[in-house]
Amino acid sequence: MTTTASRATGAAEGFKPWTRPEMAARLAKDIPEGWCVNLGIGIPLLVSNFVKGREVIFHSENGIVGMGGLQKPEELEPWLVNAGKQNVNLVTGASIVHHADSFAMIRGGHIDLCVLGAFEVAENGDFANWTTSLTDGVPAVGGAMDLAVGAKRLWVIMDHTSKDGRPKLLERCALPLTALKAVSRVYTNFAVIDVGPQGFEVIDMAPGLSMEALEAQTGAKLKRKAA
Amino acid sequence: MVVGKAAIRCFGVAEASISDSIAAARVQGHPVQGRKQEIMIDKRVTSIADAMKGIKDGSTVLFGGFGAVGHPGQLIDGLIEHGAKDLTLVGNNAGSGRVEPLVRLLATGRVRKIICSFPRSAGSVVFDEMHKSGKLELELVPQGTLAERIRAAGAGVPAFYTPTAYGTALGEGKEVREFNGRMYLLEHAIRADVALVEAWQADRWGNLTYKLSGRNFNPIMATAAELTIVQAQHIVELGALGPEHIHTPGVYVNRVVHVPYGDPAPALVTTA
Repeated sequence: MTTTASRATGAAEGFKPWTRPEMAARLAKDIPEGWCVNLGIGIPLLVSNFVKGREVIFHSENGIVGMGGLQKPEELEPWLVNAGKQNVNLVTGASIVHHADSFAMIRGGHIDLCVLGAFEVAENGDFANWTTSLTDGVPAVGGAMDLAVGAKRLWVIMDHTSKDGRPKLLERCALPLTALKAVSRVYTNFAVIDVGPQGFEVIDMAPGLSMEALEAQTGAKLKRKAA
Repeated sequence: MVVGKAAIRCFGVAEASISDSIAAARVQGHPVQGRKQEIMIDKRVTSIADAMKGIKDGSTVLFGGFGAVGHPGQLIDGLIEHGAKDLTLVGNNAGSGRVEPLVRLLATGRVRKIICSFPRSAGSVVFDEMHKSGKLELELVPQGTLAERIRAAGAGVPAFYTPTAYGTALGEGKEVREFNGRMYLLEHAIRADVALVEAWQADRWGNLTYKLSGRNFNPIMATAAELTIVQAQHIVELGALGPEHIHTPGVYVNRVVHVPYGDPAPALVTTA
């Protein structure tokens, strides 16, 4: 564990961490054609830029099935927003449902994949992404807890370490949980890691990164996923 | 049924005798004097003040909207004018800035409690101040649980089990039950006194359509209150909405007021 910014960006280890678009592209590569996918706000939304040419249906918690990209100024339709309240387009074949139907779709297991950001992910699949404190400030949860337990699978996309260099993949989460045993895979700027029955299993690493260097940035045991 | 037949006959008379000018007046949302008694069902009211009549202190009030889209801001302004206090509000967000109606309602101090999923929007300063100073109670509810608690109320279901929030801080103190090896929480329906709904089109029966993502919580909220009040951008003739295109049948609706306010503020973001 280290606290220097240079090590957090990987420079000291002599490897090049993936950029956010690269992380999103890496995740998008693993989404099969035909899936219905919910993307959380922030980094997860970038994933939609990397599925072009494939029919992947994007779901937005506020009742959109078949969400397209962000609107351009010349195509403004203020009556269409995504979960982050950004103006978005619909794709051909899209539909609109009300909020209870949208979450019935989620809770009922009709969404193949949800991609969320996180503050912490534990080796048993617990994760924390909704508040850093139950006592300070005003917490807001939105649809994260419903998505985490309802989608068929939950992948997290996040930086491997916090801004001050602390590991975000841990043996146990310290922050208030969003859901228990929910995460099945994590895409970070350093690696792609499955949450297996015995903990974290490394599938892929950023070019030039060693297992030892990755372990040094991780707060739990890692093993290589058997091919 | 006798009542039904009488109603149909009466509508026939009224509809057949409507002149173009009267029809035009109705499209503007102004019931025509001398005609109203011929119409068995007419939920249109001519002013927001009329729409607010009878709302009592201590009411639980549902309000639609996901951010600004589908949010009945003019009805909330009407609620401020009406003056009811000791309110419990139920909606997804707690407003942002200092000028929007929801925020101004909070600032009056007439709201005791807000039940919502995402109070921490950008610039939700008034909510923050009121909550931190202990003047406004918050019940934070996961968004899907919030929607289902409202839907359940409208469907006559008093409570239901959901896996959402099990094992988290938001599940503490709730009844837990295992079904097929998975743990669930008991969540109670939210039945309200008043629902404030924003619709795109409405007819005099209170049949409604919603525009695009303006639908959000509005259809379920319309079902879950003793008094459902709708602000509609467009009032249309009965029959203008195709039966398979009506999102909310008028059976759920009590009052409709014509509020052609235009579009919600765009939230255009060109980079993400």
